[in-house]
Amino acid sequence: MQTAPLSDAAKQKLNAVLSRYPNAMAACLPALHLARAEYGHLGDDVVKLVADHLALPVAHVHGVVTFYTMFRREPSGQNVLRVCTNISCMLRGGYEILGAVERELGIKPGQTTPDGCFTLIEEECLAACANAPMMICGARYFLDLVPEKMPELLAELRQTPQTELV
Amino acid sequence: MPDPGDLVTLEVDGHAITARAGQTIWEAARDAGIQVPVLCHDERLRPVGVCRLCVVDIGGRTLAAACVRPVEAGMKVATASPLVVKQRAVLLRLLLADHPTPCTRERTTGDCALEAEARAAGLLGVADSDSLPRGPVRALDASSPVIAVDLSSCILCDRCVRGCNELQSNDVLTRSGKGYGTTITFDLGLPMGSSSCVSCGECAAVCPTGALTHKPLGAPLRPRAELTAVDTTCPYCGVGCALTVQVDRAENRIVYIDGRKNGHNEARLCVKGRYGFDYTTHPQRLTRPLIRRDTHYPKGGLSADVRGAGAGERGRGRGRRAGGHVDYAEVMPAFREATWDEALDLVATRLGAIRTTHGPNALAGFGSAKCSNEEAYLFQKLVRTAFGTNNVDHCTRLCHASSVAALMETIGSGAVTNVFHDIKRADFALLVGTNTTVNHPVAATFFKEAVRAGTRLAVIDVRRPGIADHAWKFLRQRPGADVALLGGMIHVILEERLYNEPFVRERTVGLDALAAAAAPMTPELAEKISGVPADEIRAVARAFASARAAMIFWGMGVSQHSHGTDNARALIALCLLCGHIGRPGTGLHPLRGQNNVQGASDAGLIPMLFPDYQSVTDPVVRARFEAAWGFALDPVPGLTVVEIMQAALEHRVRGMYMMGENPFLSDPNINKVRKALSALDFLVVQDIFLTETAEFADVILPATSFFEKTGTFTNTDRRVQLGHAALAPPGEARLDWEIICDVATRMGAPMHYDGPEAIFNELRSLAPSLAGLDYTSLEGAGRLWPGDQEILFGDDFPSGKGRLVPTSFAPARELPDAEFPIVLVTGRLLEHWHTGSMTRRSRALDALEPEAFVELHPNDGTHLGIAEGDFVLARSRRGEIVLRARLSTATSEGSCFIPFHFREAAANLLTIDALDPVGKIPEFKFCAVALSRA
Ligand code: SF4
Ligand code: SF4
Ligand code: FES
Ligand code: FES
Repeated sequence: MQTAPLSDAAKQKLNAVLSRYPNAMAACLPALHLARAEYGHLGDDVVKLVADHLALPVAHVHGVVTFYTMFRREPSGQNVLRVCTNISCMLRGGYEILGAVERELGIKPGQTTPDGCFTLIEEECLAACANAPMMICGARYFLDLVPEKMPELLAELRQTPQTELV
Repeated sequence: MPDPGDLVTLEVDGHAITARAGQTIWEAARDAGIQVPVLCHDERLRPVGVCRLCVVDIGGRTLAAACVRPVEAGMKVATASPLVVKQRAVLLRLLLADHPTPCTRERTTGDCALEAEARAAGLLGVADSDSLPRGPVRALDASSPVIAVDLSSCILCDRCVRGCNELQSNDVLTRSGKGYGTTITFDLGLPMGSSSCVSCGECAAVCPTGALTHKPLGAPLRPRAELTAVDTTCPYCGVGCALTVQVDRAENRIVYIDGRKNGHNEARLCVKGRYGFDYTTHPQRLTRPLIRRDTHYPKGGLSADVRGAGAGERGRGRGRRAGGHVDYAEVMPAFREATWDEALDLVATRLGAIRTTHGPNALAGFGSAKCSNEEAYLFQKLVRTAFGTNNVDHCTRLCHASSVAALMETIGSGAVTNVFHDIKRADFALLVGTNTTVNHPVAATFFKEAVRAGTRLAVIDVRRPGIADHAWKFLRQRPGADVALLGGMIHVILEERLYNEPFVRERTVGLDALAAAAAPMTPELAEKISGVPADEIRAVARAFASARAAMIFWGMGVSQHSHGTDNARALIALCLLCGHIGRPGTGLHPLRGQNNVQGASDAGLIPMLFPDYQSVTDPVVRARFEAAWGFALDPVPGLTVVEIMQAALEHRVRGMYMMGENPFLSDPNINKVRKALSALDFLVVQDIFLTETAEFADVILPATSFFEKTGTFTNTDRRVQLGHAALAPPGEARLDWEIICDVATRMGAPMHYDGPEAIFNELRSLAPSLAGLDYTSLEGAGRLWPGDQEILFGDDFPSGKGRLVPTSFAPARELPDAEFPIVLVTGRLLEHWHTGSMTRRSRALDALEPEAFVELHPNDGTHLGIAEGDFVLARSRRGEIVLRARLSTATSEGSCFIPFHFREAAANLLTIDALDPVGKIPEFKFCAVALSRA
C-alpha cells in the first residue's frame, strides 16, 4: 500500500513543530501525533515518511512508535479499549476485566473484532489507580470496573463509539 | 565543571586511589586494578548505565552505577560489600530466569558475559533462579548469512544498538516496544537479513550474550582460549584495519576474526574484513605448480566465460545462471602438475630465452598491490635486474595513477597529506567521487561520526553514494563533468576573493594561469556542463573557502577518467587556493584502494620510478641502485599496464610474469586483453587460484594467501603495519617472496634473504621516506612514513612551492549517441573485491551478493521496457554482456552502473581503453552503452 504524501496543511504544521525544537529527534513525538491525525495508524509507510521528513533513522522512529501504546502500527477498530493490568489494577481484578472483555468480544489483546468495532489493548498503569480496575476508551475513563457489567458497557460502546483523541 | 586535567583522590575498597576528574568510578577502579563487573558497558561505547550490574556502595541513599557515576573527591566506594553482592545476585537471578543457559555464545565462543558473572557469583545452575516465572521464548532469526539472532538471550543492554549506531553509524538497530515486550529490532522490525543491515558484525562483536553471535564460516566456533590469536591486518581495502585472527592451528583454519583495539580502526571492521576470510581455505586453492599441456596450444581462454563465447551463446536462455567462480573441470585438463624445480626451470629458461632473442624490453611484469612491501620490492627488483627492463607496473595504474601524477606535479609527493581520522578536526569536508561506505567502510564510520560531531560534508558524485545521507549537500553531477564543476568552484572563490591570500602568495605559484583558465568557467557555464545548479556550486565553494579547516577526500570517480589527472589537479588547486593543507583538519586524501597500494608504489612497482619515487632517468639515483643491486639498469622508463597489453598485442612484449594480478577482469576492453594474453609467447602466473588470466598461462605457480604471509603493508594513511602469518600454506604452495628469489636466482640475478625483515631493511636502505621505520616497531598500530607524521607540509612542499595547475574542461572520449545512448559507470560493491577471486570464494560475501547486475534509473527502465530483475543485454562498441536489472534512483537518468567483480558478466568487456595522457589510467568511469531486455 502506498501512503499519500503529507497534505500541505500537515506539512505546514510539521514545519511549525520542527521550528519549535532544537533538533529533529526532539520533534519526533509531536511529528508522530501529526502523522496520526493525518493517517490514523502508523504503518510502515508512515513511519518511513516521518523518518524521511525528520531525517531520522527509521529504526529510531519505529522505536518511539512502538514504545507508546497510544500509537497504533495497524488500523484499529472504532473503539480502542485500553485495559490496565498494572499493579494496582491487577490487585483489584484488572485481569478479570481483561478476561471478561476477551470472552465477550472473542479477541485477545492486540486484536480487532472482525466487524471493526473494537480493538483491545493491555496497558501499563494509566494513572487512575485510585479507581482501579479501570480502562480507557477514546476520551472516556471507565473506573471501578466489575466483570459482570462489562457486556453491558461494551454494548453501549457499540451504540456510541468513542473515537481516539487526535 | 571539573577540568579533565584535575586529579581527585578517593577510596575504593579501603585503598586510596587517585583518578582524573570526569572519570567514572568503574574506570578509576579498573586503573587501580579493581574490576567491577559490568554487562551493559564496554570501553568502546558511551556508557548508558542500563543494566545496573556495576552498582557499588558510595554511602548514598541508593547504590550507584559505577559505569556512569563520575568520581568525586573523598568518595568512599565499596565494590563488594554484602549489600552490593546481594543486589548483584538478585539482578543476575532475574536475568538468568529468562536466559537459555548455556546460550549460543556460551556454547560456541564460550564468553557469555552473563553466564560468566553468574558463575563467578556461584549462581549458575542454582535451582532457585529456575523457580522464577519465565516469559515466552522469543523468536530466532536466521535470516542474516553472518549473524545468528536469538533474542531469548537478549538482556537489553543496548550494546548492539550503540555498536550499530555510534561506532558504525549504521542506524539499523533500536530498542522497541515497552515493558516485558521490549526487544531490539532492525529498521521497522524486519528480519535482520531483509533490513538495511550491512553485515559489519559490530553488534555481534559487542553483544555480551548469545543474542547476536557470528555464524560459523567453515570451522566450528570455539572459545578464544582454545585458539591461537595472530595479529595482522585486513587483506582488502586501503583502510588497512588492524585485526586479530583466531586460528585453529590443528585444523589450519581461521575460526573468526576480531577487530584490534590498538589499531587505527579502533577495532571496527566491515563485512569483508570480518567475514571474508574463508577464501583462504577454499578447495580451489592451487597447491602444486602447473604446466600447460602441449594439447592446449595455441593458447586461449579455457572456460566459456573467458573464451568469450559471447553473450549470444551464454545469455539468451542457456547461460543464464547465477554465476560464481570458474568450474575447475573446465580449465584443469589443460594443465598437468609439475615439481617446483621443473616449473621454475621452465620459467627461467623461457623468460631468459625471450630476453636473449628479443631483448629485455620484450619482457614485462605485473606486481600486485595485494602483496606485501617486501614482495613488491623484490618483484620490481627481479624485473629491473633479472629481466633488465623497467616494464613493471601494477594495479595502482588502474586506480589512482592520475591522482598520484597530479600530486607529484603540484606538491611533489604522491601520498595523502593527512590521515583520514583527522576529519574529526575538520569543520568541512569535500568528498568527490568516493563511495566511501562501500569501498572504505571503516573510514566512512569515522566520517559519519565526524558529521555527528559537527563536520559538514559536501558530496559530489554521479551516482548517489550512501555517505550522501550524512551530507550537508549532495551535488549530483553529470558523468565526466568534474573539471567544469570544480572549475566553477574555483571561479567563485577567485571572483569573490574568498581564497587565502597570504597562503597563495607565500606557498604557491601559478595563480595567474589558474585565474585565466577559471575566468570563463562561470557557475552558470559549469551548471550547463555538469547539471549542478549554479547556486549550489556557489554555496559549496563558499562553504569550503570559508571553513576554518577543510579536508578533501576523493576516490576513483575522480581518477578513472581520460582527464583524471585534470580532475585531481583541480581538486588540489581548490585546496591550495584556500590554504587547507598542512594544518589539523586539513589536507588532501585520495582514498587508496588496495590494502597495500600505497606500499606497492612506495616499493617501486612503477615503470618510471625506483623505490620511494626516485626517477629511473636520474643518473645519480640510477647509479645508487646499480651499486646496491649490482646490475646495470635501464635508464628508459618502462611501459604502464594498459601499454604493456597493447605491446603484447603487437608482439613487442613477448614474455610476462604476473604476480597476483588478474588483468583479464580488471583491465578495460577485455576482448582486446584476450587477444593480448593469447599473443604472448610465454606467460607465468603466480596466484592462489586459477584466475581468468591464468587460463592463458604456460606455467602457474601456486602462491600464498594473505593470511599465510608475514610482512609489512602500507595503508591509505601511509601507515606501515606488520602482519603475521596465521595459517600454513596448503600443499606445496610457497611464499611469494621465495618464489621471486628462486626465479631471479635461476635467471642469473641471485637473491637470498633470511626473511621479510631482511628484505624490508634493504628496501629501507634505498627509500629515505621509510628509513626511520624499524621493522619491529611496526607491530601493533604500525607507524606512519615519513617520521610518524600525520599531517605533512605545514611549512613547505617537497616541490618547494605548490603549483596551481590550470585545467580546462574536455568531454569524455566516447560520448553517448543514438546507437549507444547510455553512459556506463563501473565500480564496486561493499561485499566484493575487484575481480572477485577472493570474495566470491568467501561463502558469506558470496551469499550476500551472488549475482552480477546493472543498476539503472526507474525512468530509463520504463522507457526501455526493463523491469526490476529482468535480464538485460548491455552492449558497447567493444563487447556485450547479459545481467540482471536493478532499478534505483541512486543512478542518474541516462547512465547506468555495473560492478566489475563478476566474471560471467564482466563489465570490462564494455569499457573503453582510452587513457589519461599523464597518469595513463583508463577511463573506467565513462563509455557509451546500449541496454535492452535480453
Ligand atoms: S551487522 Fe552492523 S549494520 Fe548490521 S545490525 Fe549489526 S552493527 Fe548494525
Ligand atoms: S574497511 Fe577495508 S581494511 Fe577495514 S575491514 Fe573493511 S575492507 Fe578491510
Ligand atoms: S495500575 Fe491501573 S491505573 Fe495505575
Ligand atoms: S554496566 Fe553499569 S549499568 Fe550496566
